Amino acid sequence: MEFIDALINILNSTIRVSVPLLLACLAGLYSERAGVFDIGLEGKMLAGAFAGAAAAAVFASAWIGLLVAVLVSIGMALVHGFASITHRGNQIVSGVAINFIAAGSTIILGQAWFQQGGRTPSLPPEARFGAINLPGADALRDVPVIGQLYSGLLSGHSLLTYVAFLAVPFTWWVLFRTRFGLRLRAVGENPAAVDTAGISVAWLRYRAVICTGILTGLAGSYMALAQNAGFVKDMTAGRGYIALAALIFAKWKPVPAMFACLLFGFLDALSIRLQGSPLPVIGKVPVQLMQALPYVLTVILLAGFIGKAIPPRAGGVPYVKER
Amino acid sequence: MSTPYAKLPAWADYGLIPLINLLVAFAVAGLVVLLVGENPLRAAVILVEGAFGSGQGLAYTLYYATNFIFTGLAVAVAFHCGLFNIGGEGQAYIAGLGIAIVALSFDSILPWWLTFPLAILASALMGALWALIPAYLQAKRGSHIVITTIMFNFIAASVMVYMLVNVLKPAGSMAPQTRQFLEGGQLPKLGWLLAEFGLKVRPSAPLNISFLLALVMAFLVWVLIWRTKLGYKIRTFGFSSKAARYAGISETRIIIVTMLISGALAGMMALNPIMGDQHNVPLDFVGGAGFVGIAVALMGRSHPAGIVPAAILFGMLYQGGAELAFEMPNISRDMIVIIQGLVILFAGALENMFRPTIQGIFASFSPRSVGISATKGERA
Repeated sequence: MEFIDALINILNSTIRVSVPLLLACLAGLYSERAGVFDIGLEGKMLAGAFAGAAAAAVFASAWIGLLVAVLVSIGMALVHGFASITHRGNQIVSGVAINFIAAGSTIILGQAWFQQGGRTPSLPPEARFGAINLPGADALRDVPVIGQLYSGLLSGHSLLTYVAFLAVPFTWWVLFRTRFGLRLRAVGENPAAVDTAGISVAWLRYRAVICTGILTGLAGSYMALAQNAGFVKDMTAGRGYIALAALIFAKWKPVPAMFACLLFGFLDALSIRLQGSPLPVIGKVPVQLMQALPYVLTVILLAGFIGKAIPPRAGGVPYVKER
Repeated sequence: MSTPYAKLPAWADYGLIPLINLLVAFAVAGLVVLLVGENPLRAAVILVEGAFGSGQGLAYTLYYATNFIFTGLAVAVAFHCGLFNIGGEGQAYIAGLGIAIVALSFDSILPWWLTFPLAILASALMGALWALIPAYLQAKRGSHIVITTIMFNFIAASVMVYMLVNVLKPAGSMAPQTRQFLEGGQLPKLGWLLAEFGLKVRPSAPLNISFLLALVMAFLVWVLIWRTKLGYKIRTFGFSSKAARYAGISETRIIIVTMLISGALAGMMALNPIMGDQHNVPLDFVGGAGFVGIAVALMGRSHPAGIVPAAILFGMLYQGGAELAFEMPNISRDMIVIIQGLVILFAGALENMFRPTIQGIFASFSPRSVGISATKGERA
């Protein structure tokens, strides 16, 4: 029984830490599948988290926070789109710029508006997304294994967690079963063909970038309004990059993306839980090794030792008609 | 790489457009200052005065600029080869390990002028080594170097935390850093040089001899890129990898060699804070300088003659920003991060935003200066 409890505990925290990764990863999926590389997931997530926390604190409403977070993230995504689609700038440079602008301005504005050293005020429960108890969770709590899994693992998460996991099949459906998705993938592989068919490459890519903005906004909201009660400076702490790694790890596919995020989330949860305590068989593992593992795994994958990750062919290349 | 834009006279291309981009970046930064309720003009005055108003300020400005010259050169060399080395941060961080090994083993035996060359070698070697794996993977396996170098930044951070906490920290000490270097591991300061010009500099000012090393490296990079066969190959490859292959330039070799040079330059950055100022290896001593290098290289158009002033400008922002935080409580040093981001955005990603307009102006004055026949593909 104790083992089950421990297992549920760690899986539960895996889900908690995976959600922002998953949302950011799916966000990157839309953009990169359309041929716009996005290093700026981190920045958009951070800006979303700050905007969401600030708006939720001022209006005391989680929903207004969510809305503002999404709007701000879309705004940042449009800057990226403006630079890399309209002006054919370097997409990586633009993404790096967005990360810096977000990192600096969230601290400066946070300090100027709330005077709490870059944090936003602590949010009351009604300005956050609280836990949702699935029907029958309390009744089933004492049923061994199945009941425990249901009430301990599936139930009791915030709305955004369920949204994140529902976004996975939804993204799959959009990308692989709709006309928009077909075109979106086509524009990431061969924009000239899409252009020849009379479809605007720029408008398609802009829509993809807006999808990215919405999802990074959700990721930021989750961090500031569900996982924590407010914004702390630099609260994304590299998660945007891990999401990027997960996206590559999943070879730009939605369902594998979910598993990659859960894997990286599991490593994170494990490293928090194991802090200092020795593992059976392997002995004591340094925390730093666990923290570096997602990055090491991604590099190994990129090197082609665990299958080959092939990015969308037109990724990173601005589209010029005359070519 | 075919450019969809027509040619401008060189002075407009290398002077006017970067200047306009920079001004726009600063104007937007000024808006942020307005947004937090301060006067942007007063902020600018405090910033410039803090950076250049006193000998002490100038010494700090040049100290920060030293870091950015190294990292800016690192990014620029890779740019010339068409590679984006975003991993300067990690390469410099790991280079700290090389310096630690040299300084900790020799600081009691050798004088600084013998440890210094050894430390230069060690830092360059470690930096290059950290760039080697991403370079190899790019060249041989086609893994995108941007992603791998980002990953290596994080891996470097983990390695260094582990090394500092578990290996290099002296017994009985709480702080995760190496022991203080002795005399032989400390670089001489350059404050006296400024004092020669009648400026007042306290001996504590961190400007040190690695500033001169940075200038030498800037010169060497210029020689390398524009005056050697290797540099010609690098530029050819960056301009068109197909043409380079056709000319018999080995793709693998050129990518790896360029990244080794880039990594080595980034690695040397570690000398400045470690041996020049702190005299130990602390956590996180790079402090974002690797990323500032991107902004510096973009602003300096990847030319050493542009990189050195761009680095001094960012040195000014760092030093002046500290003064600013002192005078205006609403503005902290994070303001620099915003400016840095805006410079990268406007001088890098949006560098062509004003080009059509400027071309239009030039064309209306003298059509021949822009080669009007070449503007067929132009869409404003």
